[in-house]
Amino acid sequence: MNFDISEEQELLQETLKQYVENECPPTRIRELFDSGEGWDPTFWKGLVEMGVAGLVVPEEHGGAGLELLDLALAAESLAYGGAPGPFFGHSLACLAISLGGSDAQKAKWLPGLATGEALGSVALGEAGGAWQPEQWEVSGDGSVSGSKICVPHAGRADVIVVGVAGPGLVLVERVASGVEVQPFEGVDRVRPLDTVVFEGAACEALPEGAAAAPRLRDAGLVLLAADAFGSATRLVDMCVEYAKNREQFGVTIGHFQALKHQLSSMALEIEPSRGLYWYAAHAFDHILDESERSAAIAKAHITDRAMQISRDAVEAHGGIGFTWECDVQLWFKRAMFDRAFLGQPSVHRERSAQLAGW
Amino acid sequence: MDLSYGKEYDEFRAQVRSFLEENWPPQGGASRDDGGRQFRQAAIERGYLYRNIPKRYGGSEQEADSIAAQIIREEFGAKHAPMEIRAIGMMMLVPTLLERAEEWQKEKFVRPTVMGEITWCQGYSEPGSGSDLASLQTRGVLEGDEWVINGQKIWTTSAMEADWMFCLVRTEPDVPKHAGISYLLIPMKQPGIEVRPLKQMNGTAEFNEVFFTDARTPADHIVGQRGEGWLVSRTTLKHERNSIAAAAQAAATFQGLVQFARDTKRGGRPVIEDPLVREQLAILEGYVCAHEYSGLRQFTKDAKGESPGIISMMNKLHSTNIGSMVAKASLEIMGEDGLMDPVQTGLAKLGVIPSGSQAWLNQYMYSLGIAVAGGTANIQRNVIGERGLGLPRDHYANRSSGK
Ligand SMILES: Cc1cc2nc3c(=O)[nH]c(=O)nc-3n(C[C@H](O)[C@H](O)[C@H](O)COP(=O)(O)OP(=O)(O)OC[C@H]3O[C@@H](n4cnc5c(N)ncnc54)[C@H](O)[C@@H]3O)c2cc1C
Repeated sequence: MNFDISEEQELLQETLKQYVENECPPTRIRELFDSGEGWDPTFWKGLVEMGVAGLVVPEEHGGAGLELLDLALAAESLAYGGAPGPFFGHSLACLAISLGGSDAQKAKWLPGLATGEALGSVALGEAGGAWQPEQWEVSGDGSVSGSKICVPHAGRADVIVVGVAGPGLVLVERVASGVEVQPFEGVDRVRPLDTVVFEGAACEALPEGAAAAPRLRDAGLVLLAADAFGSATRLVDMCVEYAKNREQFGVTIGHFQALKHQLSSMALEIEPSRGLYWYAAHAFDHILDESERSAAIAKAHITDRAMQISRDAVEAHGGIGFTWECDVQLWFKRAMFDRAFLGQPSVHRERSAQLAGW
Repeated sequence: MDLSYGKEYDEFRAQVRSFLEENWPPQGGASRDDGGRQFRQAAIERGYLYRNIPKRYGGSEQEADSIAAQIIREEFGAKHAPMEIRAIGMMMLVPTLLERAEEWQKEKFVRPTVMGEITWCQGYSEPGSGSDLASLQTRGVLEGDEWVINGQKIWTTSAMEADWMFCLVRTEPDVPKHAGISYLLIPMKQPGIEVRPLKQMNGTAEFNEVFFTDARTPADHIVGQRGEGWLVSRTTLKHERNSIAAAAQAAATFQGLVQFARDTKRGGRPVIEDPLVREQLAILEGYVCAHEYSGLRQFTKDAKGESPGIISMMNKLHSTNIGSMVAKASLEIMGEDGLMDPVQTGLAKLGVIPSGSQAWLNQYMYSLGIAVAGGTANIQRNVIGERGLGLPRDHYANRSSGK
């Protein structure tokens, strides 16, 4: 019995945290926020060199061949640092092809995705809250037609894994004709989203796409939970730091018990949920019959906690907390992304209730 | 991450199973009590119970092995076989004695406590000293070869039945408050002690007031030195800390709540079909699972001899918060049954998962007692904030109350 991460996994987390802290401190995140770029090629290149782009790509295709838990731990660390860029969508594209692709598709795409030469993304959502595979209406028999919303970094992606009715998942190259990318004014400016309109765009179905689609959704839920965990812990740390420095009434504000208790409650809300996303990630690869439900529980619980903590964090900073200047907003918005993407908590609570046979 | 116990424990688990096969339930018409006693003795001889208590005091003196301990709990639990006695003397006093007491004190008290032959109550809280425990005023004065004790304790659970009290008394009135306290062992059945039961809001009376009027205990019935009582009272169990069991209890209670929602009908339909109830249960399940995995994580850290960090300071508040949410959800499920008086079930039955509205009503109230006992939510928040997050210490906490 070992409900803990390994030394290598701790090292992975530490290394990534350090990297983001050094290469993309809040001042830099803010520049990206303000420029609307949401993309820092040098920063992403560094991640790629560390092997982050191919963490879950099988070794025979040039990746590290790791598991969802490793990917989720990376997501937590990147979120803690507030890292910009396409890690989320790219990682899901790698997973989709690994899970559902033919040998030829894997050989064609995975090596490039693992080395970062190619960028991948996933188009899952459809208007009206249709995030779940069984709700997808965009057609993908032979060619793709219809609109997909909230596609991460679609404008830069080389290949997009598109969720469709029927075959489940298909591959579309962004440069194919009949693919139109319309930028979407997203709240989290370091993880920009686009709407992608397909009109008879050429596609290639993943042979195991129908089975891989819900798995891909579950992996997405776990990564969002991990991201929200990283964001929420960062916000708690920021508030504690602020409370140790900001003075009012002649003492640092951390002396005031009301505030101390607010900060304790925030920590109490998030810290115990670490194991939720660990377990869901572990289950994805090792306890298949609990994978779907544990992913739903982790996403619903942690992204909800992160939302409340992000609101509390603004209050704990006073007036400055409400400003564009204050770093709180960077993680506040990250938490909003994590909560809404792939469906808000209530959606996954109802799913987990059904899966439990309630 | 590896959630199996590993091959090397398969053999051990098989041994525990075959032991249970042979010994539980008791054969040949032994009463459950007698059978229980004999069974415990056999289990001690096999090294399954009281593992961290030396043989000479009645334990089985095993090397600390959290996984073995957990396997024993699982297997015994599955068969409803008796485990260690979960009385306060066993849980709080025995570890303290093992860590701090003199040899003769261990010999005199540990074995009978372990065997359930003597029972204890905890005399800490006083009318004027609850959260601010160190301000306690009950006086102990050494007269010849006896301590003479005057004052009052309150909220003393099981004081009526207990043979002995482990008690904090002020023996050094002229030093700062934490330094003037001693840890005494006091026989309860004596003329100088009067116990008056206090009826709780749920209707039962398990806690009491205890009045001392020239109560006495031998001079050597002190654990640690004079003035060391505060430190002594902070001693806790060092090994095989049972971080899984508490979380498993929360999970079991939650499953009981889900069952309650399935069994309860509204308009002819099971309440669990109500979208609001489903949502509430699902929200709760997030906390319950988080609690369970936190338990597993701490268990792993303990087994590796590493510190689990801030999470270990959160267990009580996280679990009582869950208890409170469960309690409120049960009221939502039961509807008009919420107008009923609770079934009067005492603390001893709390480990049992409630079934039926009246039992849930008892839990609805008792969850509050649990939240207050042993340190209120605010005190827990102070601990998390100060020791966990490193925020400034509350300046009141160290202030001498002048008492
Ligand atoms: C069911 C039950 C069983 C018990 N069994 C025993 C037993 O066997 N033996 C024993 O000795 N005691 C026992 N107790 C007593 C228990 O430990 C105390 O009730 C508890 O420590 C709180 O003390 P108090 O009741 O004096 O409340 P108070 O300390 O007066 O607290 C009242 C309120 O003030 C708040 N407060 C106090 N200080 C602070 C602070 N510094 N910061 C913020 N808020 C503060 C508290 O959080 C609480 O909300 C039991 C209690 C219960 C409910």
